[in-house]
Amino acid sequence: MTLNECNASPFSQSQCRVSSTSNLTDMDFFSVLYYRFKKVWKAVRLYLVIAGPGLVVMIADNDAGGITTYAATGAKYGYHLIWFLLLLIPVAYYVQEMTVRLGAVTKRGHAEAIFESFGAFWGWFSLLDLMIVDWLTLVTEFVGMTAALSIFGVPAWLTVILVILLMSIIVLNGRYWTWEKIALGFCLLNLIYIPAAFMVNPSISDIVGQGLIPNLPGGLTNELFFLLMANIGTTIAPWMLFFQQSSVVDKGLQEKDIKMGKIDTFIGSIITVAIAIFIVIVTGTLLNGAPIDDAATAARLLMETNHYIGAFMAIGLFDAGLLGAICISLASSWAFGEIFGWAHSLNTKVKEAPWFYISFIFTLATAGVVPLIPGAPLVLITLFVQVVAVTLLPAALVFLILLLNDKKTMGEYANTRLQNIVSSFIVGSIIILSTMYGVSALFPNIFQ
Amino acid sequence: MRTINQFFSKIREINQRYAKPTVEMSRGVKFSLAVLRIYLFLLVVLMIYKFITVIKVL
Repeated sequence: MTLNECNASPFSQSQCRVSSTSNLTDMDFFSVLYYRFKKVWKAVRLYLVIAGPGLVVMIADNDAGGITTYAATGAKYGYHLIWFLLLLIPVAYYVQEMTVRLGAVTKRGHAEAIFESFGAFWGWFSLLDLMIVDWLTLVTEFVGMTAALSIFGVPAWLTVILVILLMSIIVLNGRYWTWEKIALGFCLLNLIYIPAAFMVNPSISDIVGQGLIPNLPGGLTNELFFLLMANIGTTIAPWMLFFQQSSVVDKGLQEKDIKMGKIDTFIGSIITVAIAIFIVIVTGTLLNGAPIDDAATAARLLMETNHYIGAFMAIGLFDAGLLGAICISLASSWAFGEIFGWAHSLNTKVKEAPWFYISFIFTLATAGVVPLIPGAPLVLITLFVQVVAVTLLPAALVFLILLLNDKKTMGEYANTRLQNIVSSFIVGSIIILSTMYGVSALFPNIFQ
Repeated sequence: MRTINQFFSKIREINQRYAKPTVEMSRGVKFSLAVLRIYLFLLVVLMIYKFITVIKVL
């Protein structure tokens, strides 16, 4: 029906209206769909540009020590503690998202923020403590990496040299963007535990029945308590606060990017816990009841059952150690650069920021040598990491909350009352539990 | 010797730069920092005690 026909006949007016409305509705539907798709696609593209610090820090949180803790959790208690790991998603998110806001608003790393806001005493305390904790944790990462590759017959000295070379190449390229994308590639490799978990054919009903309903297998024994605390300890580590804040600053995130930075951190916290759960499923299915002291032992035992799953476990352990080492050594170098006033960006060339890169390689090389020393006290170092981390973590977390409440600096991005309640509860719990963890590491029989 | 002197002058410069805390020292902040000091002091005491007992055993 043409427009003239519509106008000429009074009977056809309603018909014309229906027809045009229907056309319009169809057009509206497709234009709305197209508009929404464009909007979502734009948001996804924006996320892909901003994504990085949150994902990297969260996945690197599953470092060599973390993999050992999850493997031991699965081997000792099967699927029974999966519910507890799920609780760690909000814990990790709420703590780390504060560093995103702080970094984006102040444009300063955590070390510099502490120095400036709380003075030189607390600043030096945090910086020196961070240096010690980071170095000791780096040693444990190298222990994990050498143990993982020794399963494939690679000698420890060769692993150390290759890792130092690889990490130097990644960092010395002079671009934050390139470094971040390579780090994200290693994060992707960390997902290797997912196919491994499917390969062991776990019973879904057992996972749901045993794992998702909160329970404490065998009651709250000293051993279970220690393992729960170890899981919390691996979820929030002091270097993570320093690393993510400096990373946000180096990437150049602005206040308008905070929303995406928070989404990035949230997705990262889900992925890190998901990986932990898949590790628990692997060891909980195949190694239930086996004594697991470290992830490399778990990989060896898994190889006896299924060669591929054991190999996946070992590759994942190496990757976890590598990711942890990349982030931890950078956290130290960034912090030193901020305080000593050196150029300290991954966007700078070696000539422009020599001390930044020298401190990075020095930290890496000295930590890498330790596992090669015959009779090095590696168990003592692991113990020492837990104890020293307990001195730094509460301080760093308290400073974080205080800084987020400084309305003069943070403006509209300061903590709200609800955020303060939630974050204070989480931080308070972490401080109590990590202190108990550190004290029980010093005095193993104290809570018996 | 010159490098060591430069290093210490850098430390002094940093100490001067950050001599005055910029955060508003409200009662809450003062209380938190005081609790933190006590907490760290107790931890250090525990570590020293552990160190002495380990040395004694050796």
